[in-house]
Order: sequence, then C-alpha cells, then structure tokens
Amino acid sequence: MNLLDILIAAPLLGFLITLALPKGNASLIKMFTLVFSLAVFAGSLLLVGPTLDRPGTMTWVTDAPWIATPAIRYHVGMDGVSLWLVLLSTFLTPISILLSWKYIDHRVKEFFAFLLLLEFGLAGVFVALDLFLFYVFWEVCLVPMYFLIGIWGHDRRIYAAVKFFIYTMAGSVLMLAAILYLYGKAGTFDYPAILLMMESGKLALSHTEEMLLFLAFFLAFAIKVPLFPLHTWLPDAHVEAPTAGSVMLAAVMLKMGTYGILRFCLPMFPNASKENANWIIVLAITGIIYGALVALVQPNMKKLVAYSSVSHLGFVVLGLFSGNQWGLDGAVYQMLAHGISTGALFMLVGFLYERQHSLEIKDYGGVSTPAPWLSTVFLVTTLASIGMPLLNNFIGEYLVLQGAAKVNIWWAVFAATGVILSACYMLWMYQRTFFGETPDEVKHHMHDLKGREWACILPLLALMVWMGIYAQSFLPSIGASNKTVLDRTQPTGAALIVALPATAEVANNGR
Amino acid sequence: MDAKFFPQTAELLRFLPEIILTLAGTLLLVMEGFKKDEDSRSLISMLTAVAIGLAMYGTVVAYQNPGMAFSNMLISDGYAAFFRLVVLAVGLLTVLSSSAYLEREKSNTGEFYVLVLFSLAGQCLMAAANELMMVFIGLEVSSIASYILAGYLRDDKRGNESALKYFLLGSFATAFLLYGVAWVYGMTGSTNLVEIRSAIEKGVPSMTMVSAAAGLMLVGFAFKISAAPFQGWAPDVYQGAPAPVSGFLSAGPKAAAFAVMIRVFQTAFEAITPRWEPVLWTMALLTMTIGNFAALWQNNIKRMLGYSSIAHAGYVLVAVTTHSTTGTAAAMFYLAAYGLMNYGAFAIVTHVAGKGEERVTLDDMKGLSQREPAVAAMLTVFLLSLIGVPLTAGFFGKFYIFKAAIDSNMVWLTALGLLNSAVAAYYYLRVLVVMYMHEPETTEHVSTIPGGLKITMWVTAAATLVLGVFPGLVLDFATRFAVLSK
Repeated sequence: MNLLDILIAAPLLGFLITLALPKGNASLIKMFTLVFSLAVFAGSLLLVGPTLDRPGTMTWVTDAPWIATPAIRYHVGMDGVSLWLVLLSTFLTPISILLSWKYIDHRVKEFFAFLLLLEFGLAGVFVALDLFLFYVFWEVCLVPMYFLIGIWGHDRRIYAAVKFFIYTMAGSVLMLAAILYLYGKAGTFDYPAILLMMESGKLALSHTEEMLLFLAFFLAFAIKVPLFPLHTWLPDAHVEAPTAGSVMLAAVMLKMGTYGILRFCLPMFPNASKENANWIIVLAITGIIYGALVALVQPNMKKLVAYSSVSHLGFVVLGLFSGNQWGLDGAVYQMLAHGISTGALFMLVGFLYERQHSLEIKDYGGVSTPAPWLSTVFLVTTLASIGMPLLNNFIGEYLVLQGAAKVNIWWAVFAATGVILSACYMLWMYQRTFFGETPDEVKHHMHDLKGREWACILPLLALMVWMGIYAQSFLPSIGASNKTVLDRTQPTGAALIVALPATAEVANNGR
Repeated sequence: MDAKFFPQTAELLRFLPEIILTLAGTLLLVMEGFKKDEDSRSLISMLTAVAIGLAMYGTVVAYQNPGMAFSNMLISDGYAAFFRLVVLAVGLLTVLSSSAYLEREKSNTGEFYVLVLFSLAGQCLMAAANELMMVFIGLEVSSIASYILAGYLRDDKRGNESALKYFLLGSFATAFLLYGVAWVYGMTGSTNLVEIRSAIEKGVPSMTMVSAAAGLMLVGFAFKISAAPFQGWAPDVYQGAPAPVSGFLSAGPKAAAFAVMIRVFQTAFEAITPRWEPVLWTMALLTMTIGNFAALWQNNIKRMLGYSSIAHAGYVLVAVTTHSTTGTAAAMFYLAAYGLMNYGAFAIVTHVAGKGEERVTLDDMKGLSQREPAVAAMLTVFLLSLIGVPLTAGFFGKFYIFKAAIDSNMVWLTALGLLNSAVAAYYYLRVLVVMYMHEPETTEHVSTIPGGLKITMWVTAAATLVLGVFPGLVLDFATRFAVLSK
C-alpha cells in the first residue's frame, strides 16, 4: 500500500464519513469535506516528485489480487499523463466544494458526499491498469454525477440526468463486451500483461477482431469526450447541472474519454487506430467547427460554454489521432488547459447566476461597471479560452495544429478556423454581458467578487498563466508518457523524428 | 439399485432438509389449530424461521454425505446444496418480512408459514432431483403452495385474480412438462437423468421425438422461469400477490426451476445440445428484450419489478445457453445475487406500499429520500444492482454471465444482452428520479418499519454490497459446484 492507494481510498472514506455526519449541521459537513479534500490534494502533490523522475514508466504501482476467478487484480500506477489528470481531479474537488458553499442550500449532506464519491471514481479511472478495474471506476463516476445533475440542477434536470446516464451506459456496455472478449483471448484483464502479450505475438488479433474491439472501446470513449455527433447529451447536462457539477463535468469527466483513447485505444489497437484515423479526424474537425458555430448563436451562457467544450475537445481528438508527438502532447496539454479554463468559465458563469439568477445573455449588460474585478477575471479566462498566447490553451492548440499540419495541412487549416470562431463567440458574449448599458436589474443585483469567490478563482488564474508561460513544468513528463504510446503505434521508428527536446522547443518558440 | 427394507442412514441424511421442512410444516399446521390467540402467531413465525435455519443445517449435513438416495431418485451434491441454500435463504427472508405485513393486512394466520415451508420443501426437492418424476413432484409441491400464497389475502380482488391466473396457466404448463416426461420415458425407457443420457447416446428410435419431448419439457420450465413466450403471467401475478410473496415467487421458485432446468438439459439432454441451443439462444434474447421494453412503460412498481424479473430470467438463460461449467456457475451466482437484491427491493415495496398496498405507483415514491433517507438509500443500492452498476452484486452477476457467453463465442448474444441492460437502466432510473429528484407530496407521518422487515432490508442491502466487492464469497462455491455428475 503506497501513497497512491491511500489517496484513491481517502475520498471513499470521506464519502462514508460525510454520510455519517449529522444532517442538520450543514457548516460541519461543508468544513469537513473542504478540509478533507484539501488534505487529499496536499497528499496528491507528494505524488509529483517520484513520477516526474521517471514519467515514461509507471510509478506508484500496486498490483494485488482482488478477485480470484476470473483473475481480477487491483493494479494501479501512474505515468506522466495520469499524474496531471489525477492532480486536476484532486485540485478541482476542494474548489468545487468551496464553490457550492452558499449555492447549495438543500440536502447539503448528500451534495458534498457525492462530490467526494466523484473524486474517488475520477482518481481511480486515471490510474487503473486492470481493464476490469478501469471499467469499475468508469461506472462509479456515473452515479454521483447523475445525482448531482438530477437533484441540484435547474428546471430540466431530470431529463438531462437520465440522458447523461443512458448515453454513457450504452457506450460503456459495449466497452465491457470488448473487455470480456479480450479476456477470453488473453486470459487476463491486466493491461500491461495484455500489451506484453500483443508485443510478443502471443495474443494476435485478426483484422476484423481488432477493428470491432477498437470500435467498441472507441464508441464508449467518444460518447464521453463527446465527439460530434454523439455530443447531444453534453449541452443538456451542462446547462442543467449545478455550478460545481458543470465544473467537474467539463474539467475532469470529459477527459475520461480522451484519456481512454490515449491509454487504451491507441496502444492496444495501433492498426485499427491508424485505419480509422481519417474519418475520426473528419468528425473531430466537424465538431470543432460545428461546436463553434452553434456556440456563436447561443443565447444561454452555459450552453455557449458547453458548445465551446465540444469544439475544444475536437482539438484533443484531432491531436490524438494525428499520430505524432506534437499532436499527442498538444492533445494532453489541451486536456489540462481546457480543464482549467473551461472549469473557470463555468465557475464565473455560476457567479453571475448566483447574483442575478439568469443564464440568458440578454438579461445582462454593463456588468463591468458594478463588478470591475469580476469582469477582469472573466476577461482573462475568456482570453485563455480562445487561445491567447501566454495563457494555457494556446500551447495545446498550437501543438495540436502543428501535429495535424505535419500529417495533412488541410486538417490544420480547417481546425484553425475553430480558433478564430472561438474568439468570435467568446468575445461577443463578453461584450454583450459586460459592456454597454447597465440595466437596472443588473445594477440592483450585481456586486463584485467576494473573498470566497476569490479563493475559488485565483488558483485557476494562476495556473492559466503558469501553464501559458512555462509549459516546461508539464510538457516533458507528458511527452515521455506519450512517447511510449507512439513507440507502440509506430514501431518502425518513423514517428520518432520528433524527439522529446524538440517538442519542448516548439512549446517555447511558440510563445 | 436394490432397495432395502429400511432406508439407509446416509440416504436419510441426504434428504434431511426436506424431512425437516415437511415435519415442521405438518407440526405447525396442527399447532395452528390449537392456538388461536395473537401471541402464538409470532411464535409460529419464529418456529418457522427456526425450521428453515435447521433445514439450512440439514443442507450442510446432506452436502457432507454426497451421493444418491432412494434408488437414485435424489442426488445430494454441491449443486443441490447451493440451490437448497439459496431457496432457503429466500424463504427465511420471506418469513422475516411477512409477519408484520400479515398483521397489517389482518390476515396473520399460521397457514401462511406452513405454505412457505411446503413450498420450500418442493423447491429443495427440485434442487436435488435426479429423476424426472422427482422433478415433477418437487415442481408441483412448490407450485401448489405458491398458488395459494399468491392469493393469500382472500378479500383482495387482485390477489384472487393473480392466484387464479397463476394456477390455471401453471397447471397448463405443468401438463406440458408431464407430457414431455412421458415421451422421454417412451423413447428411452427411463426417467432417470443419467440413464436417459446414456440411452440417447446409445441411440434411440427417433432423435426428433426426443427433441420434441425436450421441447415439451422446455415449455414447462419456461413457464416457471417466466421466459418468453410464456412470460405473460409474471407481471399480473407479481402485481396482484402480496408484496412479500411476490418477492418470494420472483426469487425462490424461479431459482429452483432454473436449477432443475440446468440439470436436466446438461445431463439428460446433453447429447442433443445442438438442437436446443438455438432455441434457448432465441428464448434468452426474446425474454430479455420483452421484459426490458415492457418494463419501460410501467407505473406500478410491483408490475415493473415483474417485467424486470422476466428480463433477469433472460440474462440467466444466456448463461444456460452456454452449456458450460462457467455458464452454470454464472447462473448460480446470478440467481443468488438476484434473490438478494430483488427480495430487498420487494421488502422495501412492502414497507412503502402501506396498508392495503395502496401506495405502489411511481408517484407514491416521490420524495422518499427526504421522508425516509435510509430506505431510499437501500432501494438505490438494489436498483443500481439490478441495473448492473459496479460494486454491487448484480454487476458481477451480469459480468460472469456475459463472460461465460463470450467464452462460448456468443458474441452477438453478449452485445445484444449488454445493450438490453442499458435499456433497463432507464426504468430503474425512473424510480431513482422520483425518489431523489421530486419533492414529497404527502406530509403523512412516516410509519416505523417493523423489526423483521428492517432486518430483511439491511441484510439484503449489505449482502448486495459485500458481494459487489467480494463476489468470490459466493462465486467460489458456485464454481466448485457447477460441475454436474453425469
């Protein structure tokens, strides 16, 4: 049992303790979950050092038997990619708790308990190295989010929650079928063991088998990402979810899909990944442009940000399937950057909602006069989201475009229009909300950021700037992990022309 | 084969659970006549629980004395012991949750418990039957008691309808079974499973006739397990019967019928597997699909659980179709898990329904999480388990079944079955939605949960979760006992 195991188990323990706390004492429940999740975050920071020493291999590995027949193991470990995603989860959980401090006023205990349960599932998904264990954590994430949307959401919350559940479930049962099929072939759920068997030729999949298995896994992940045209659950879920739910959903849960593609689809089914890359990339680029265009005409802020997520996640998928180091590094960087900036956007929209109880852009205007700081923070986040250099999203988008251009210049051209469109819809929304006449309603309700809200948003702002200026803190470890994926997909070494230092250089030159 | 004047001790030990249940049932029936006051009711229910406990011990004794009994009519093996324990456990839960229910409905008489005991005796017999006549006798003993239990509330119209329907259709189906048995006897000259098997292997006059006989028997079994196209009775019966009885019917007799069906088709009819496999394949798919899609439209919880139990029978049929040891083990695990979670769900319905079972629609569950958080949380566990969400027993049940199906190269059945379980999520979620996401409509005072019912709920909920993390506790036994002697 090492630090990682403790950190996975801790949120579950926290969930149980929270359930046992007295129902009436709301402040105790809030304080407990906040302190507990902060402690988990502090603990997770200790993971960084050893993982960064050897980011290309698995660190913090625990491999213990769980169920005898069939052989299911509790096998976890983290490399340079999972490290950052776990940190993203543990980092955003206390922020989400703080965020909901005032907003959640009924059934307080369940709400904060579910946030901890969600953290448990998320942390597990990103470190599971046993296919079965991965599936378990994957499904565990579903339940708390379902309740978070369904109980504390807005008017159409039930429709959104059920749609969210059924969509994800439909995809994941096919993944379960694929996992079972693989088990039938390999006799184990252990992911590294399966990869080894594939490498040594002990486990050979026919062309059809590989295609079908790839599609079964990919469909589950694509729904979660969500890839156009499977995205329709996302706007509903986001609009209806409470702020903390939206933040966790956009910032971390969507990454489960892209992480799954990177961790499982690409290394296990290299040939199928390559053969299917073209149409997947076409869908990704369609999603980038479509998401941006739809965002442009949204009258509802949350919906706008939700569609912008569809667009941004299109970049990630594009990067993942461009099959070179730039694309992959960019994709992972974009995953993290999107988590921070879109998380922040949902949070800020939530702040506006708490003040005026409306998400419609037309109900706002001239907010910058009564709330200058809120406007400034919103502007910085907006700029980050549209890929302004020196802020986080730029690096990811740039690397993805670079990687795509390497393969097919037209992909990069089309995808780049998404960047331009993102500036249009975000800035237009910003203009309509924060500038112009200040309606009496707004004057009456609007006030500037308060202490608790500052505490929520400042860490995210700091990260936006850090990730935008000094990508070197993150990129080398991401690159080292991705290199192992690439080594598997292109064993001839053709792709290795882009070595790690080059990537880092690109990042620096880019800014 | 030679019969002694007195049965041997080992034979009696192998038959111990049935002996205990029958004796206890008879004694309690006599005692019931003498004691009419209220206090003796709780005494009778307590004695019934003790008798079932003793029968469980008897099962262990029988298991320790493996072998045949009474001219090879019965077999005491691990497989029989497993199913005896499952049905006895379901019976125990029924007794625990019934006494308060019967008191509430003002029908607390001793016959109820006696009927449960007799029904259990029949089911135990089915689990241990090694002979078609024994199968039939076990089935009849179990069924006749079940028919009466279904209509136990004499003044309840729906209960009467339910019992009558169950009885008429049930007798009809049993006739098919008996007809099939007669044909098999005609073809092979035996009713013993092992002898039938060897007769078929040696060659019979007409393979078609044997297959037809197997088909007739399948009709009988399909009725008992509520498999399509013989599933029509299940929703009506489960809706009309008293809630604790519905739970009992959906878990106990069904598990016993599956036990018999698996044993018959994997020993006697193994030689004609290629003939029945496609039939079962289709039946499994139809059963899952019909059950799940019909459940989508239900507003009555008992009726919904009725359709859901059809769907779950379909999942188990997938395991039976694989005719492999892993498949049998998966079916055994599933039936045990299903017994726990479904009985738990019915226990909660028993509580929520209130006097006269007037509150059994979805709307009546509105805001349950606020009125009774613990009850709602337990029902959530059961429903998540029925959906098949990981860390619950139901998930591992589905998992083992579909794994067995994949191992037997039934990829399409697996994919369709899993998609089916995604459809199923919808109607279970509807219950979660009304419990958690709607405000309570009544401000009625919450009635306290009687002790026995409370124990049932907590035990089933805890067991559902424990099996969801450590399925090995049951699966190891299932795997060990899934090998049938042939």
